Amino acid sequence: MRERAATREPVWVRRALIAAALAFLALFLFVPVIAVFASAFAEGPLKWLSAVTDRESLSAITLTLLTALIAVPLNLVFGVAAAWLIAKFRFPGRSVLLTLVDLPFSISPVIAGLMFVMLLGKNGPFGGLLEAHHLQIIFAPPGIVIATVFVTFPFVAREVLPLMQSQGNDQEEAALTLGASGWQTFFKVTLPRVKWALLYGVVLCNARAMGEFGAVSVVSGHIRGLTNTLPLHVEILYNEYQFTGAFAVASLLTFLALVTLGVKKVVEWRAAAT
Amino acid sequence: MRALLVSLLLLAGCAKGDAKTVTILNVSFDPTRELYEELNAAFSREYAAKTGVTVTVNQSHGGSGKQARAVIDGLEADVVTLALAYDIDAIASKSKALKADWSQRLPRGSVPFSSTIVFVVRKGNPKGIADWEDLAKPGVQVITPNPKTSGGARYNYLAAYGSAQRKAGGDEGPAKALVKGIYTNVPVLDTGARGSTTTFVERGIGDVLVTWESDALLVLAGRQGAELELVVPSVSILAEMPVAVLDGNVEKHGTRAVAEAYVQFLYSEAARGIAVKHGFRPTGDGVVLPERFVKVETFGVDAQFGGWAKAQAAHFDDKAQFDQLAVKP
Repeated sequence: MRERAATREPVWVRRALIAAALAFLALFLFVPVIAVFASAFAEGPLKWLSAVTDRESLSAITLTLLTALIAVPLNLVFGVAAAWLIAKFRFPGRSVLLTLVDLPFSISPVIAGLMFVMLLGKNGPFGGLLEAHHLQIIFAPPGIVIATVFVTFPFVAREVLPLMQSQGNDQEEAALTLGASGWQTFFKVTLPRVKWALLYGVVLCNARAMGEFGAVSVVSGHIRGLTNTLPLHVEILYNEYQFTGAFAVASLLTFLALVTLGVKKVVEWRAAAT
Repeated sequence: MRALLVSLLLLAGCAKGDAKTVTILNVSFDPTRELYEELNAAFSREYAAKTGVTVTVNQSHGGSGKQARAVIDGLEADVVTLALAYDIDAIASKSKALKADWSQRLPRGSVPFSSTIVFVVRKGNPKGIADWEDLAKPGVQVITPNPKTSGGARYNYLAAYGSAQRKAGGDEGPAKALVKGIYTNVPVLDTGARGSTTTFVERGIGDVLVTWESDALLVLAGRQGAELELVVPSVSILAEMPVAVLDGNVEKHGTRAVAEAYVQFLYSEAARGIAVKHGFRPTGDGVVLPERFVKVETFGVDAQFGGWAKAQAAHFDDKAQFDQLAVKP
């Protein structure tokens, strides 16, 4: 029997659609990525190296990594805890919690940043208290970390939650009947079953933590060498007509994005295999 | 793990305990990036030679009004070097870090450098722009930042307004019509002067950029300079860029001596030379400006508008003149 084609569209229609999709991808993804790397190396690899190893670039790299290093583990714990609560238990306020988890997605990052300036800034309700203890949060690295944690909060929870919900409570109940403690059940039954979703959430969370611009820009104060993250540093270099430098630092971020994409792909394969 | 923690603590201890290094923060506005980079290096050299103390001056740049807002919200500047006196007045009135008499502490109203506002057009001046009136003509796209956040933008606005007012013998009618026409022609309102310059030069948007003389000189000497032209209007505004030491913050950081020396240094011969190199005009007598500086008659904000407090209230406060004029139908 002849195999039936999935669609009955004439060949030219299919080809035209494929061509349109490819052209769109090329125009909006491949060309810009290539342009970033081409501009970054426009003045040779030595210029690129000196741009990414200059004092301010290095401090931006350090701050960006530090921010991700704090924000991602925090959101890993918060995210799993929130997803676990929502998926496995019924309690009053559950739907409110579900909505709150999504809140950072629906708030503009600039508003999120401004919210922290209002709350923790000098004239905010906690301003006096912080100042009395010589604690600088806004316009300093802690503010950047807080804003990043807020913006990247939903990623882990949102990846883990659907899986936990679809898996139901049967295996946990079986474990508990067999005499496992609550923690044992969580670490030996619940966690292993969502590990790929969890890893996927962490990868996305990390990508956003390193790339966040809006919220961080508001709370940063833009002090060079102190409170500039990589995305902010790219903007500064660009505004100073240091185009090669701006694109060199941008190429680092793009490279991080490509690595993220690779890790994400591997995680997807492994998840599909299990 | 424990060893790592201990070494981290030791590192942190070293950074704080070393009395021979002092760090101060200079919160400045948009077009002074290149200027302060060189001034800071020169100051560090001079101060180290004189006292043996190594000074690192950290910089933060952005729209002048936005920077003042950040200082009020707790950005711990030791020194502010902003585009106009009103922004430092705002810091004095809204935070406890500065007294209202700040402008009398340093020579010439605490203004070491000044500048003025000029136009940059595309090569050959295709739209034939010569003076302020031409900016309001239909079909001309004008690039200027938002006066709510940018100091340069407020000078741009007041320069246009004042020029029309002077031509009409003090009558405000033509001035209002002129600025309304100009802001109808603005396609992008960036938050700072440097954003506007990038919009015009790099993104190629607009027919005329209204900007600081220093930024105009910078782009004309730069990569794209050959495709641009400078246009000097018949009359422009005197932009006075004041500086102040924030008492509250230097007391807290223990940096008063360095911060005071830093603002004094801005009046030195060395600093004046660096300012000229970057297209700014040192205040006071005995300044010989090179050829590339424009020759233009200027009026001051005090003389034309009765000072910044009045100008701000009449033009830029919420629902004042700018909000009334710039409303798009």
